[in-house]
Amino acid sequence: MRKFALPLAAALALAVAQPAASQELAGTLKKIKDTGAITLGHRDSSIPFSYYDDKQQVVGYAIDICHRIVDAIKAELKIPKIDVKLNPVTSATRIPLMANGTIDLECGSTTNNLERQKQVAFTITHFVTANRYVAKKASNIKTLNDLKGKTVVSTAGTTNIKWATEENTKRNLGMSIVAAKDHAEAFLMVDTGRAAAFFMDDILLYGLVANAKNPADWAIGSEAYTVEPYGIMLRRDDPAFKKVVDNAVTQLYKSGQINAIYDKWFLKPVPPKGINLNLPMSREFKNVVAKPTDSGDPAAYQ
Amino acid sequence: MKYNWNWGIFWQPAADASGTWLHYLLVGIVWTLGTALAAWVIALALGSVIGVLRTTPRAWAVRLGNAYVELFRNIPLLVQMFLWFFVLPELVPKGLGDWIKQMPPPWSAYLPAVLCLGFYTSARVAEQVRAGIQSLPVGQRMAGTAMGLTLPQTYRHVLLPQAYRIVLPPLTSEFLNIIKNSAVALTIGLMELTARARSIQEFTFQVFEAFTAATILYLAINIVVVLGMRWVERRLAVPGLIAAGGAAQAGH
Repeated sequence: MRKFALPLAAALALAVAQPAASQELAGTLKKIKDTGAITLGHRDSSIPFSYYDDKQQVVGYAIDICHRIVDAIKAELKIPKIDVKLNPVTSATRIPLMANGTIDLECGSTTNNLERQKQVAFTITHFVTANRYVAKKASNIKTLNDLKGKTVVSTAGTTNIKWATEENTKRNLGMSIVAAKDHAEAFLMVDTGRAAAFFMDDILLYGLVANAKNPADWAIGSEAYTVEPYGIMLRRDDPAFKKVVDNAVTQLYKSGQINAIYDKWFLKPVPPKGINLNLPMSREFKNVVAKPTDSGDPAAYQ
Repeated sequence: MKYNWNWGIFWQPAADASGTWLHYLLVGIVWTLGTALAAWVIALALGSVIGVLRTTPRAWAVRLGNAYVELFRNIPLLVQMFLWFFVLPELVPKGLGDWIKQMPPPWSAYLPAVLCLGFYTSARVAEQVRAGIQSLPVGQRMAGTAMGLTLPQTYRHVLLPQAYRIVLPPLTSEFLNIIKNSAVALTIGLMELTARARSIQEFTFQVFEAFTAATILYLAINIVVVLGMRWVERRLAVPGLIAAGGAAQAGH
C-alpha cells in the first residue's frame, strides 16, 4: 500500500494548493495532471510485449505503444513533462492494482473479452493472436483429430483451456486436459512427454519454441482455432481518459508509425537472446490497423 | 478504489460448463480435502515410525531418522512438489516413468501431490512424536523394561499412549497446515480450492470475490477440524495423566 500512498499524498497536497486548477478534468487525467506522473503496469517475462531485457530495463512492443500514449497525454494536458513510473504486475495482481489506483495503464498481453470488460476497460487492440497448439515434430500430430484420446495441456485460467474443454465435449475427442500453472510449465509438460500438445496463444508459442533447446524439434499447428485480441487495460468508467488513450493509438495506426514499432519487435532480433520471432502482421491485425477497434468480441476480428 | 463488486458471479455459469462458479469452487474443496486427508494418513504413519526411531537406543536408527527429518523438513515444499512431479519420473526406469507420466489427469497431479505433502508433513509429525516421547520422564522407559516388557512392548503400552496424548495439540496444527499446504499442489496442475479461486479471477476478473470465498471456505474447513480435534482430545483424555507425569518429575 505504501506504493500508492506517496503519489496519493502528493495529489492531495497539490489539490489543496491549487483548488482552481484543472476543474474540468476528472479521473485519471486529473490524477496525472496533479501528480505530474503516470504509472505503467508491466509484465516481467511476456516476450516480446512487456518484459525485462538483459540490462533489467522494461522493454517490449506494448511498452513502446504505452510510451506513445504518454506523449499524447502530455500534449493533451499541455504539461511539459510526465514522470513515467513502472510497476511490475502479474495476472493475479493486475486487477487489484488497477482498481486501487497503483497503475494507470497495464501494458502487456492481456486478452480483451466481454466478460473482463465488466471490470476494466481496454483501449484499441494492439495485437491479435490465435489459439493453436504446439507439439513435438516426432509425435506427428497434424490436426485436432490426431489428438483424440491423448493428454493435452493448457495454462490454468486462460481462454485457451476454456476453448479446449468446450471443443473436447462438442467434438467428442476424448482428450484429457491438464491445467498447468504457467506457460513455461505447460511447455515443460510436453517436453517431458506428460502431454502430447499445448494449446496457447500462437504468439506465446512462437516465443517458447524460439527459446527452446532445440527449436527444430517443435511444430506449431497450422489450424488457428479462436481469435484473441490483446488490449492495454485502463480503469472502467473513465471516458475522458479512454478517449485520449484511444485517440493516441488510433493516431499511431493511421500515421503508419505502428509498422516501425511492429517490425522492431516481431521481425527483428529482440533482447535478451537476440531471437527473431519473424512473424509478419496477421490479416486480423492488419484489419485492426485499417479500422481501429476496441471490441472484446472475437467475431469482430474475423 | 474503483472496483466493480459483483457477488452474483458465483451464481453465473462457470467457463467449463460444469455448473455455476460456486459449484466450481465447491468441487475444489473436495480435491483439497481429498489431497489433505490422504496425505495426512501417510504423514501420521511415516511420522510415527520415524519419530519412534529417533528415540530408540540404536544409534543407526537415530541417525537414519535425523537424516530423514532434515531432508524433508529443510527443502521448500514448492521445490519438493516440483521434484515429485517433474524429476521423479525421469529417475525411475523408463517404462515406469512413462506409466507415471501417462496417468490420466487429475490423478497424474493428485498422486505426486499426496506423496509430496505426506512425506513433507511426516518429517514434521516425526519431530512432534519425538518431542512427545522425550518429554516423558526417563523412569517410564526404565519401569517398562524392569517389568519385563520388550522394547517394542514398552513403546506400545507405556510410552506411545502417553506421548500421543501430549502432542495432540501440535498435531492439530500440523493437520491444519496440511490442509492449507495442499494449495501448493496448484503448481503441478491440481485444481483444488486455491487453483479454482485463481481460475475464477482469470476468467471473470472478479479477484476479490473469488479469494474472499476461498478464504471463508478454508476458515470454515479449519474450524471444523479444530472442533473435531478438541473432541478427540477430550475423548482420549485420561484424568490426571499429564499432571501425574509432571508430579512424578517434581518428586525426583
